[in-house]
Amino acid sequence: MQVIQELEREQIKPDVPDCGPGDTVRVHVRVSEGGKERVQVFEGTVIARQHGSVRESIIVRKLSHGVGVERTFLLHSPKIDKIEVTRRGLVRRAKLYYLRGKVGKATRIKERRER
Amino acid sequence: MEACIIGKKIGMTSLYDASGNLVPVTVVKADPCVVVQRKTVGSDGYSAVQIGAFEARLRKAPQGSKKPKTALKRHGLNAPQAGHFVKAGTGFYKHLKEFRISVEDTVEVGHELTVEQFQPGDTLAVTGTSKGKGFAGVVKRYHFHGADMTHGSMIHRKPQSGGATDPAHVFKGSGRPGRMGGDQVTVRSTKVFRVDTERGLLLLKGAVPGANGEVVTIKRLRAGKGEG
Repeated sequence: MQVIQELEREQIKPDVPDCGPGDTVRVHVRVSEGGKERVQVFEGTVIARQHGSVRESIIVRKLSHGVGVERTFLLHSPKIDKIEVTRRGLVRRAKLYYLRGKVGKATRIKERRER
Repeated sequence: MEACIIGKKIGMTSLYDASGNLVPVTVVKADPCVVVQRKTVGSDGYSAVQIGAFEARLRKAPQGSKKPKTALKRHGLNAPQAGHFVKAGTGFYKHLKEFRISVEDTVEVGHELTVEQFQPGDTLAVTGTSKGKGFAGVVKRYHFHGADMTHGSMIHRKPQSGGATDPAHVFKGSGRPGRMGGDQVTVRSTKVFRVDTERGLLLLKGAVPGANGEVVTIKRLRAGKGEG
């Protein structure tokens, strides 16, 4: 078992930002199309952070042209260039799946202010 | 010689490959194996190598026992087993396995086989003993569909009809409940994900038969083109 942990540790990024449910993030993803590589930005609210070790991921939700879009990002994936946290949210649960059924004002999240 | 090795399944994990995809990986630990016997057409009627894996360490002599075990037996082997290794002049090993090789192959007894034989992308046949499932019903054991759970169905997971009434007996080989698992299983499409020569590890893509700690034998079917 120790060997497996060692192998996983080699791939874990040391600089994964502390981002959790309620936070608004900008995820920079490396996209390669036609042999070229460019960086695409996906901005939205983190509605869940799940799994652990190399499999750790976040689900980011945003509204695109009135349609809800959710993407799962593996935090330790080499395809992720960087993750910026633009806003901290104050929420009382770990999974914000209730946001899926809501639009507009109902999807607001209180901002968390460090005291 | 055909690349082959005996290893121990350590467990599974997932790792990122070169293109950044998360891939399911089985970790197999393979200490250097040693050729213990070379079987030839002349002596045995067929051509093969017998390979020993996992060194059987010499245990301490028990203090004050009436019938002290001989030095040979203290490897956890009995005298004929130990004698086989003495004759070969190699170390003592816990597991022995035979691999068929072509007649022209010149491999000598004592030749070491390591994970370095393998390359990422190689296609392997991995043989192990599957996990025991105990006494299993036909739905689990033979993938019968079973019947409705609801709608007044009073039969759920039974085998139902065992065949026509005319032959007046059940044909052999028809699915019945019984012991499942614990059989020798070979998976013939496993690819090498990575070779860790430093730690003697083979990382294989996907699952491999057996529980963690199970001994698996690995044989190369096709060489890969370098990267997996």
